[in-house]
Amino acid sequence: MLTIENLHAQVEGKQILKGIDLDVKSGEIHAIMGPNGSGKSTLSSVIAGHQDYEVNQGTMLLEGEDLTDLSPEERAHKGIFLSFQYPVEIPGVSVTNFIKTAINASRKAKGLEDMPANVMLKKIREKSSLLEIDSRFLSRSLNEGFSGGEKKRNEIFQMAMMEPKLSILDETDSGLDIDALKIVANGVNKLRSKDNAIIVITHYQRLLEYIVPDFVHVLFDGKIVKSGTKDLAIELEEKGYDWIKEMA
Amino acid sequence: MDQGNGLNFMDFKEKLLASHLAFEERIDHSDPVHQTRLDALEIFEKKGFPSIRDEAWKFTSLSTMVRQDYALFPETETTIQLKKVKKYFLYEIDTYKVVFIDGVYSPFLSDTTHDGLDVCLMSAALSKAKYRRLINTYFDKITNKDDSLTALNTSYTQEGAYVYIPKSVVAEKPIEIIHFSTGEEKALWLQPRNLIVVDQNAQVQILERHQSLKEHHVVTNSVTEIYTHQDAFVDYYKIQNDLSSASLIDNTYISQEKNSNARVHTFSLGGKLIRNNLNFYLMGEHSHSTLKGITLLKDKQHVDHYTLVDHLSPNCESHQDYKGVFSEGSKGVFNGKIHVDQSAQKTNAFQQNNNILLDDKATVNTKPQLEIFADDVKCSHGCTVGQLDENALFYLMSRGIPKKEAKALMTYAFANNVLESVELPILKKRINKLIAQKLGVNLGFDL
Repeated sequence: MLTIENLHAQVEGKQILKGIDLDVKSGEIHAIMGPNGSGKSTLSSVIAGHQDYEVNQGTMLLEGEDLTDLSPEERAHKGIFLSFQYPVEIPGVSVTNFIKTAINASRKAKGLEDMPANVMLKKIREKSSLLEIDSRFLSRSLNEGFSGGEKKRNEIFQMAMMEPKLSILDETDSGLDIDALKIVANGVNKLRSKDNAIIVITHYQRLLEYIVPDFVHVLFDGKIVKSGTKDLAIELEEKGYDWIKEMA
Repeated sequence: MDQGNGLNFMDFKEKLLASHLAFEERIDHSDPVHQTRLDALEIFEKKGFPSIRDEAWKFTSLSTMVRQDYALFPETETTIQLKKVKKYFLYEIDTYKVVFIDGVYSPFLSDTTHDGLDVCLMSAALSKAKYRRLINTYFDKITNKDDSLTALNTSYTQEGAYVYIPKSVVAEKPIEIIHFSTGEEKALWLQPRNLIVVDQNAQVQILERHQSLKEHHVVTNSVTEIYTHQDAFVDYYKIQNDLSSASLIDNTYISQEKNSNARVHTFSLGGKLIRNNLNFYLMGEHSHSTLKGITLLKDKQHVDHYTLVDHLSPNCESHQDYKGVFSEGSKGVFNGKIHVDQSAQKTNAFQQNNNILLDDKATVNTKPQLEIFADDVKCSHGCTVGQLDENALFYLMSRGIPKKEAKALMTYAFANNVLESVELPILKKRINKLIAQKLGVNLGFDL
């Protein structure tokens, strides 16, 4: 699905990613952990195509296709979805209207007609119930005045609607209480299939109790310094990141 | 009238002065305001048109405008078919209408009333005895006597809308005041004069629009006086979406008595040069003023908002919120003056002006002016000029929305909170659509 080789990226002249190798196959969940400032969020921004980051070495392939020169919207059309750590507020545009605009933009890019209103409505109903979102929430302005939990739930709702091939969940657990975390994790697990893949970026092991990864990677100073199974996450929880730093 | 031939016509100021005799011949100058007209003409003669040397006109030059010749009295009466102009009305709902075509009242397009409230013509109010007391009490009482353009309008006062809402009456329908210019005259100078009196505990919603129907040089120098009595509510909307050859100088004066609430929303979406002189005088305690605006410009368009909120009484509150979006060589100006009199303790006065430049060819000048003479007040102001937030754009683009549409969506979101306080749903929908249209994309909203 996603093959990253020797990826280097910089922002404003500062080298953040210093040679990342990552191979994510269909049906897999990968967790990327690491201390603050290790480059976790940069990696997610670079995969999604944020223009502030310059890829100066290495390759990123989605199903064999080079992503490097694609705009963020083109990457979205190809099936990449990034759940933001800090989703943006859009006053005056309802959750429903936003998701319609997003879905139809992707359809248009693929040469398809707008999704018929009744099909859209059915899908919205189905996916919103998956995340225990009520219809009043759907008519509110996107992210405006949302609690932390509502914002994250709304991100996963968008993921459910867009049906991406590769989803990147950037610190989706931050700011969530345990109940909200369970709802979000439960939603993600239901969206999991053999045809898609998920990268979970997190500082803590807590989320990984609910979204169980196939692989865990530790990012430090712009490189993956250790990879393993879910047991690695538990080990990190117990021992902290210091031993990783020493190892690096 | 001599139209001049565009080459050797006399100076336009001279023409305005010289034409006043001809104007007097056309009107009934035994009416109660004629001395006021003559006094105002003297002021205009003395002051002339403002120039960029005047601090208040530093960023808006009228020199090109007044170097040209204009017809003052259209020669022919023009009729227009309703179906051609229907879209400029709030046709979806029932409204009172006062409509003018090239400055001349159109009974056919209008829908006036004297049933429990007066929605009619200034010319009628000036000539009929039963309105004399009101005219004597209110006409030209809150205008700025130092303002030459207001004086020019006063000197030529004859036509416009006259609205009187009696005590405790709630106008059931909004009032639309619409001025069409047809382009029958190559260049036309219009000077409508409106008087709106909202008595104690009365309420009214008014919508004002100036619309040219084909490209021609039209300049409208308009004056509106609005008197908001105790406990009264005025909700006023200005739709400025004219063709690129049309200019407007709007001089609006609003006085507010105790516990009154007056709100003006100005939507400046099109036109050549627009200057909005909006003046609020808070005379009575516990009154509330709201001044909001959305300005969305491109090409060579120029819009200047010049506001004054004069707190003359204690315990009043004023809110100003103007948003501007500029591209392609358009120019925006915002000058917001808040004056708090020594007696106006416990004043709350807020002002916000936020602007977005969509490219590097557009400019905006924004200037807050606070003059505070009372010590127990809360005043704040803030102005920003910036670009769209790159991270927000990235968020939208990561959802598959192309950059152009993402920008439009962001721009729409930026301006949106100004629309929230629009209490006419159909108008809100219209403005929404206009903004989407101006941004050149279909956002696919269910409006």
